[in-house]
Amino acid sequence: MAYNSMDLAAFKDVWVFCEQREGKLMPTDFELISEGRKLADELGVKLCGLLLGDNVEGLSKELAGYGADKIILCESPLLKYYTTDAYAKVICDAIEELKPEVFLIGASNIGRDLGPRCAARLHTGLCADCTHLDVDVPKYLDFLRASSTLDIDNMKFDMEDRNLKMTRPAFGGHLMATIICPRFRPAMATVRPGVMRRAEFDQKKADAVEIVRPTVKLTAEDMHTEVVEVVKAAKKIVDLVGADFIVSVGRGISKNVEQGIKLAEDLAEALGGVVGGSRAVIDNGWLSADHQVGQTGKTVHPKVYIALGISGAIQHKAGMQDSECIIAVNTNESAPIFEIADYGICGDLFKVTPMLTEAIKAQKAAKQ
Amino acid sequence: MKIIVCVKQVPDTSGKVAVNPDGTLNRASMQTITNPDDMNAVEAALKLKDETGCKVVVVSMGPPPAMGMLRELLAMGADEGVLISGREFGGSDTYATSQIIAAGINHIGLEKDDIVMCGRQAIDGDTAQVGPQIAEKLHLPQVTYAAKIEKTGDTLTIQRMLEDGYMTIKVKTPCLITCIKELNEPRYMSVGGVFESFNKPITVFDFNTLKDDPLIDLTTIGLKGSPTNIFKSFTPPPKGVGQMLEGADKATCDGLAEILAAKHII
Amino acid sequence: MDFNLSQEHLMLRDLYRKFAENEVKPLAEEVDEEERFPMETVKKLARYGFMGIPFPTKYGGAGGDVLAYVMAVEELSKCCGTTGVIVSAHTSLCCAPIYENGTEEQKMKYLPALLSGEKIGAFGLTEPGAGTDAAGQQTTAVLEGDHYVLNGTKIFITNAGYASVYIIFAMTDKSAGTKGISAFIVEKDFPGFSVGKKEKKMGIRGSATCELIMENCIVPKENLLGKEGKGFAIAMKTLDGGRIGIASQALGIGEGAVEETIKYVQERKQFGKRLSQMQNTQFQLADMHTRMKAAQYLVYAAAVKKQAYVEAELAGKKGESYSADAAMAKLFAAEAASDVTRRAVQLYGGYGYTREYPVERMMRDAKITEIYEGTSEVQRMVIAANLGVK
Repeated sequence: MAYNSMDLAAFKDVWVFCEQREGKLMPTDFELISEGRKLADELGVKLCGLLLGDNVEGLSKELAGYGADKIILCESPLLKYYTTDAYAKVICDAIEELKPEVFLIGASNIGRDLGPRCAARLHTGLCADCTHLDVDVPKYLDFLRASSTLDIDNMKFDMEDRNLKMTRPAFGGHLMATIICPRFRPAMATVRPGVMRRAEFDQKKADAVEIVRPTVKLTAEDMHTEVVEVVKAAKKIVDLVGADFIVSVGRGISKNVEQGIKLAEDLAEALGGVVGGSRAVIDNGWLSADHQVGQTGKTVHPKVYIALGISGAIQHKAGMQDSECIIAVNTNESAPIFEIADYGICGDLFKVTPMLTEAIKAQKAAKQ
Repeated sequence: MKIIVCVKQVPDTSGKVAVNPDGTLNRASMQTITNPDDMNAVEAALKLKDETGCKVVVVSMGPPPAMGMLRELLAMGADEGVLISGREFGGSDTYATSQIIAAGINHIGLEKDDIVMCGRQAIDGDTAQVGPQIAEKLHLPQVTYAAKIEKTGDTLTIQRMLEDGYMTIKVKTPCLITCIKELNEPRYMSVGGVFESFNKPITVFDFNTLKDDPLIDLTTIGLKGSPTNIFKSFTPPPKGVGQMLEGADKATCDGLAEILAAKHII
Repeated sequence: MDFNLSQEHLMLRDLYRKFAENEVKPLAEEVDEEERFPMETVKKLARYGFMGIPFPTKYGGAGGDVLAYVMAVEELSKCCGTTGVIVSAHTSLCCAPIYENGTEEQKMKYLPALLSGEKIGAFGLTEPGAGTDAAGQQTTAVLEGDHYVLNGTKIFITNAGYASVYIIFAMTDKSAGTKGISAFIVEKDFPGFSVGKKEKKMGIRGSATCELIMENCIVPKENLLGKEGKGFAIAMKTLDGGRIGIASQALGIGEGAVEETIKYVQERKQFGKRLSQMQNTQFQLADMHTRMKAAQYLVYAAAVKKQAYVEAELAGKKGESYSADAAMAKLFAAEAASDVTRRAVQLYGGYGYTREYPVERMMRDAKITEIYEGTSEVQRMVIAANLGVK
């Protein structure tokens, strides 16, 4: 039967694209498999991991251990490195043949290249960079109660609605939107890495994995780009404005400038962020001018802004008060920075920072 | 050779973001700007123009005020502007939008040595979907997240950024590239360019111009035709007053890291 | 009467603002502190056509008008008075007199490099003994065959040292008074031309203000600008235009101070209230803004009038004098800027007196606009004379 994305009844199962780079699965794969498991259970269907690559069958069990019932395995030497053309073709062929009703992709640089290309080819909708997914309406309403200012109990909802409800932030989190794709299948979403919780690994489930191998119809002629090289690089110094995590130091580092900056750098590295400074730090030449946050420096709105030994003068606050989460460490408990901080620690940055770095590393390791 | 650059006019979210009580964005109270990543695409095109003398056409889909933005891009050095504008196009999601823009590009005409450039993503929607979807509709190879572009003959060598490094990719024209801010530093308009811009053409493609294009499926454009719909939009609850944590020891730090992890902040 | 800016001018304002915010503002404090000429900024100004705004594209200009030019000086000066005067002196005092008085050969020879900003221009009229009394010129020029020999010293010359082309005034006939003054286009590499000591100033400290020394300086005959004996008229006409440039600089400095103060008073709290909630702050800012707005109307009107004058003269018709308009614009804008910046410092309080905030620099920068290119007293003389009050 010809593929028709509007024939809703023909589609079932939840699929997760399991991205691998150089034969290694990405952490997001496990998050999506775990989330996909819940959705598949709500829908009463199977959860399938879609795995593409060259010689990657060995990864199947790992995926199954986190909840996949089946692995749809597409192998070819031409799939060794990610290319849009090859991956989009193989995936779209598989979807047209096997017809999943939900298809999730990690919102990595590769997922966000692949997702839209496939959605356009498959004549269906795609929601980008989701942070929350629901099928069951009561569960979705619980989510809204906790995460919105809407007056849920005075609103009408169709409790039988079975659409995938894909929620995502817009305008830097100032607005949230829940998107549905009611008329086409599969409902597709790319999902923000690091947001969904990874389930417990289940060895029994891993051992019970079922592998399905659709025919891979792929030739070199299908590919119009050539990967010349793949380079792993240490994270480049991102400028402050685009950074998600900023650790800034202030006059509080004066008693040991070198160590103060080193501690901030360690913390920034643990978070995957960059180091900034207050005006005093820049004026004293402790950090170069491109690090300055504030009225005369840069205005930033990272996800997390950590102010170490910064009192919080007006001109500094002007540059960072719109950060999503502000953490301040200062010895002076009446420092103005605490007025705008979400979390304040009254203490010596030279003692607190290393402990915070370790604690964050530990949390991140636990998530891996 | 010509370069078609797709641009979008967006509310400037770098300042305060105004939200209506019903959870929609209060666009009227916000300044509009050319989407930042699109500016990098324009700059990349103008650099290639500086090197090769090729033509640069800027294309935008949006309401009539987007004409002003196109004029600014002409004042930077682009040669022609095309505004795709029609009530029938309003409310389109990325699938519908890419279909309409692809039809617009088709209408301009895409030749063998042409390049289409887009910004990686727009700051109002942050989807990063329209670029690749235009490429799919036009059957062009795509390279997204371009941080470096070199052109020799009909081959482009592009550094495509990944989270943990980059790929170097070779692609031949015609192709579509999406650009990130690491690619370049966009130029300003020039004073002379402002005066010249009023002698450069800006053409409007409306519904009638594009409705018969083979790339347009009338059932999947606009608010009604878009595959995805907004089910609900809402504002997160206001930020609570900050809290001073007890103590300044290991337990305090572990507790804080736990909160951050639980809230998916880290 | 239409008080609305054209689409072109609105776009230009947007460009000027972005450029000034991103390229000029970050350097303003450093340029002041280090008394450093911001050469890197001038290169960027050149790239984007700021150095030849009100001149035709035929000579390498941007093809704009005087209003487009004054708006540039205004917006640059909002962030940095130094940058404003560099553009103003270059445009009004060097490019304009060549464009308005030069022969076609002189224009083709000098304007393209000046208007593209490849070369910077300056103007040398003031002497140790001839300030406000410009007629008392001591510099002499003697025709010897195919060249003039210039001798004398000029002081307080803006852009000196960085400029390659100078409009220099000298006596070709000492017995003829002001009718004995002639104007010359002098290149920095002409033999006998040198730049002397640099002044240490109160404000606009990044702008280069130096002495020019001409010792048997050889200037080719064809570099006489206008006719012999017409120098004083050229100087006065040039200064009429220059005054609009300085008026724009003053306007920008004052507006910059108002903008900075508005931001500050909305953040700064005293007695549990934002400063902006106090009526004194509100009234002060209302007055400050009103003064600057009035200055803006005077400056823009003078610019539009000068544009009409230049167009008429170049078409061989008699243009309507804008001399009094320029004088009123400069007088009012300069005094408004001094007043407004002083009030800004007062509203900031102690912080305003420190170099942590830009208003003290603005206050120092504003003062010069009441002095150079004709003191406020000179402007009053011009305005009164124009009224027939003698």
